Amino acid sequence: MSQAAIAPELKPNSPDEPVVVFENVTIGFENKPVLNNISFTVKPGETRILLGPAGVGKSVLLKMADGLMRPDSGRIFVFGEEISAMPEEQLFALRSRIGIVFQEGALFDSLSVRNNVGYRLMEEHRPEEEIDQRVVEALRFVELEQTVDRFPSQLSGGMRRRVAIARAIITKPDLILYDSPTGGLDPITSTTIIELVMKQRDVYHTSSLLVTHRLQDAFVLASHIFNRKTNKMEPLPEGQSDPQTSFLVLNNGKLVFDGSTHDLVHSDDPFLKEYLS
Amino acid sequence: MAAIATLDRAAKKGVSAVQQYALISGRALGNLFRRPFYGADIITQADIIGVGSIPIVLLTGFFTGGVLALQSASTLAQFGAAAVTGQLVSFSMIKELGPVLTSLMVSGRNASGMASELGSMMVTEQIDAMRALGTDPLKKLVMPRITATIIMLFFLTIISDAIGILGGAAISVFLLGQDSSQYFHTAYQSLRYADLVQGMVKPLFFGFIIATIGCYYGMTTRGGTQGVGRSTTQAVVVSSVLIIASDFVISRFMIGIFGR
Ligand SMILES: Nc1ncnc2c1ncn2[C@@H]1O[C@H](COP(=O)(O)OP(=O)(O)OP(=O)(O)O)[C@@H](O)[C@H]1O
Ligand SMILES: [Mg+2]
Repeated sequence: MSQAAIAPELKPNSPDEPVVVFENVTIGFENKPVLNNISFTVKPGETRILLGPAGVGKSVLLKMADGLMRPDSGRIFVFGEEISAMPEEQLFALRSRIGIVFQEGALFDSLSVRNNVGYRLMEEHRPEEEIDQRVVEALRFVELEQTVDRFPSQLSGGMRRRVAIARAIITKPDLILYDSPTGGLDPITSTTIIELVMKQRDVYHTSSLLVTHRLQDAFVLASHIFNRKTNKMEPLPEGQSDPQTSFLVLNNGKLVFDGSTHDLVHSDDPFLKEYLS
Repeated sequence: MAAIATLDRAAKKGVSAVQQYALISGRALGNLFRRPFYGADIITQADIIGVGSIPIVLLTGFFTGGVLALQSASTLAQFGAAAVTGQLVSFSMIKELGPVLTSLMVSGRNASGMASELGSMMVTEQIDAMRALGTDPLKKLVMPRITATIIMLFFLTIISDAIGILGGAAISVFLLGQDSSQYFHTAYQSLRYADLVQGMVKPLFFGFIIATIGCYYGMTTRGGTQGVGRSTTQAVVVSSVLIIASDFVISRFMIGIFGR
């Protein structure tokens, strides 16, 4: 514990070094296996969409990528550091480069929207004016500037999810983990959120790992591109898909697919065919 | 065979619970002198725990002192010793009832409050979110609660002792017609340094028990709102039992040292 206060060296990644690496990761709870021997990588600027039936372990996988849970065996690297072997104290520093949007938002319900979004900056004791300015900026990104002084309980589900996104992106992280950002929302709100994810991908080129239940959202992400001029997303020409966006599919604790959009839709695997239909 | 396996599992669970409890309280206290220091959170907690508990501490203190005077005066009168009612009340309040009853009240109010608050944060992933945003919940949530409870319980106990002695006086003088200067004289004169130390040391231990048990049950809550309810109940039950059991141990130890 004595060296705990020392921050890990945040070495700049070389452009090709993967941002996230899972190596033979296995985890279970109370003798119940959940994920078995999972290996994959996320390269800089890539968006990897994680699909799979409910309860397969998508949220668990995402939490492991942020060091919130530890694998039973296998290794996890983020920005080249082995987080599966790091003490919690050092993880706090590494996590400053990772943004995470939890499945249910996980906003602090005793804090206002302003203090939720600006939480990280407040903990760093930044000047109030800077916090105010950056909070408004982040909220403008999710188009919710008018909610600064409200509390999470006064927001709708979709607004809460967008506030959670604002909280995750305020420090401009190098990696964003989205856990079902559109889960349980109506199609219009979902599209708004997917557009935000796309904006983050195409404007800031942030690497990300995104869990979703809604296949149509996944395919919108793969087949559209964000146009900065119109501030709207636009479809790519028929048959083309975004090369930076690819898929991971989990089933029964195993990674059953890891590849491009094209390979996914043309797969002959009976499970994938049924899952996608 | 199955019985042994069940026993084995229960024992392992028990050991790992104690281990986790020690880890949570140890790490939270170890953080006390390490930056960042959450002073504002300590003040907030001190306000919730200390100021918020004053009314119930005043009420229980007053009536406990009163009933002590009432009961002991009638017993003492049988031996012709009603004059030492003040001594009996002040002894009992300062050494035992002040610390124990105040702690039980604060445990009912705050061990449950901590378990339910941290438990809800746990099941809604707010604790995970806090860790993800780079804050150690043991520093930000647990350490301030432990510090504030220990400090506040100390002062609440002093208030309770004083109010209890006053309550005893009110009953002795107005209801039993005793002489007030005699009451306060015996209450004060017979007190020794050792009695005060005993009464002042106890709340420090009890405060630690209340906060660590409350936080432990909060931080280990599983299973939705039902889990929060379970944690809350367990926190109150376990901290109350531990307070009474450790009261015995501390008393025994103190009597061993001071001889009274
Ligand atoms: N903290 C935990 N303790 C025990 N079991 C857990 C814990 N977290 C997750 N699990 C178990 O791990 C499995 C995977 O859970 P997870 O939340 O990752 O599923 P998911 O794929 O995200 O599902 P959904 O699509 O419904 O969100 C479930 O069976 C769950 O019961
Ligand atoms: Mg999930």
